Amino acid sequence: MSQVYTPSYLHECFSILNEYPEARLMAGGTDLLVRLRHAGAAVKPPLILLNNIPGLADIRLDTGDLCIGSGASFSAIMAHPLVQNHAQLLAKAVGTIGGPAIRNMGTLGGNIITASPAGDSLPPLYAMDARLVLDSSAGTRIIPIARFIGGPGKTDIQKDEILTQIRIPLGDDVFQAQCFEKVGLRRSLAIAVTSFCGRLMFAKDGTVVRARFTWGSVAPTVAGSPEAETAVTGSRLDPETIKISVAAATASLSPIDDIRASAHYRRTVAGNLLRRFLENAGATNNT
Amino acid sequence: MDITFTLNGKPVSVSTEPDRRAIDLLREDLGLTGLKEGCGTGECGACTLMMDGETRLSCLTLAVQLQGRDILTVEGLGDTPEGAAIQDAFVDQGAVQCGYCIPGMEMATLALLKENPAAGRDEIRTALSGNLCRCTGYVKILDAVEQAGRQISARKEGR
Repeated sequence: MSQVYTPSYLHECFSILNEYPEARLMAGGTDLLVRLRHAGAAVKPPLILLNNIPGLADIRLDTGDLCIGSGASFSAIMAHPLVQNHAQLLAKAVGTIGGPAIRNMGTLGGNIITASPAGDSLPPLYAMDARLVLDSSAGTRIIPIARFIGGPGKTDIQKDEILTQIRIPLGDDVFQAQCFEKVGLRRSLAIAVTSFCGRLMFAKDGTVVRARFTWGSVAPTVAGSPEAETAVTGSRLDPETIKISVAAATASLSPIDDIRASAHYRRTVAGNLLRRFLENAGATNNT
Repeated sequence: MDITFTLNGKPVSVSTEPDRRAIDLLREDLGLTGLKEGCGTGECGACTLMMDGETRLSCLTLAVQLQGRDILTVEGLGDTPEGAAIQDAFVDQGAVQCGYCIPGMEMATLALLKENPAAGRDEIRTALSGNLCRCTGYVKILDAVEQAGRQISARKEGR
């Protein structure tokens, strides 16, 4: 039998983690309980439930950042006016996770700690340069998400740390074109075969000033393509520019074959999602 | 450990292992066999219940998480006005084939129609997207949800 702890304060979590370093933190449980079940009856780590800790699910603005508590459910994030106003990409992405009941349970913090290559919240969090707040009894550290996630299931979290908050810098920059797209084998309850997040900022004359592209499920972690971004920066989105950018992107991604799709299919879809985004954005913003 | 919660409108206190799954506690100790286990991994929706008014999967919920909560299962559904309309509509439309997915379908339907009784076909599909029917009788299920929505709307308007 697993011992189950239901602390009411963060400092209680730290003491339990100190006493039982093998304990697992549980938020929504939608990934963790499935993994523990597959691991079998022999693996029964103590569980520390985070549901009762006040403030861990808060969503608010603070010093220019949109701050999302790690315990906020996908449903709460999708419906929150601050997220809808300042981080539509994230609202859209978490809306593609599982089905309604899973979204009522699963949390943003859990999606990050699970660190799946197919984690649906991750491409927008990378594209928006999200930073993660990690608390421990020793204090707080803040780290960019791209430096935190190291590979499938691998993160830089230390034994006594708890991910408490996700901070998305808002700044004054306006990206006129943004998209999140997920391709799965069906619309709901499907793991992404490929997902894509794009952001473009245009000058008045229609040239691209800034570009940000991220993909899920085509590499061990969320993948970017600085080459594809460079290819469009300083240019209008004419057919030749789009072609060069898409070619640069498909060359830089490293998808694998698995049960859901072949590497070739993933690479092709990844390029096509970028092409569609650039074509649509070009049609709207080329003046 | 002892767990106290509200189950289908009545207070319940039970003694159980904290890491027991909610579905096992509710089915085996409390006899609520309307909750079905399909996949046990959160993919099929057959074990859906309502916790504090939100749908949740009881196969991925620990017994200890029921503490202090308000739980509604299909056994209590007919005692709510919306739930009774939903059950009548599923019968009227012949939406039930083998029946295994129906308790979950009806809980997901309740969550939708409480908020939005005028939901259209696409909204209904989205609301039921976490519930699988392997008899593949989805069309009649969608018809039933539409009918229930009409009845609930009519009652709200006092007709």
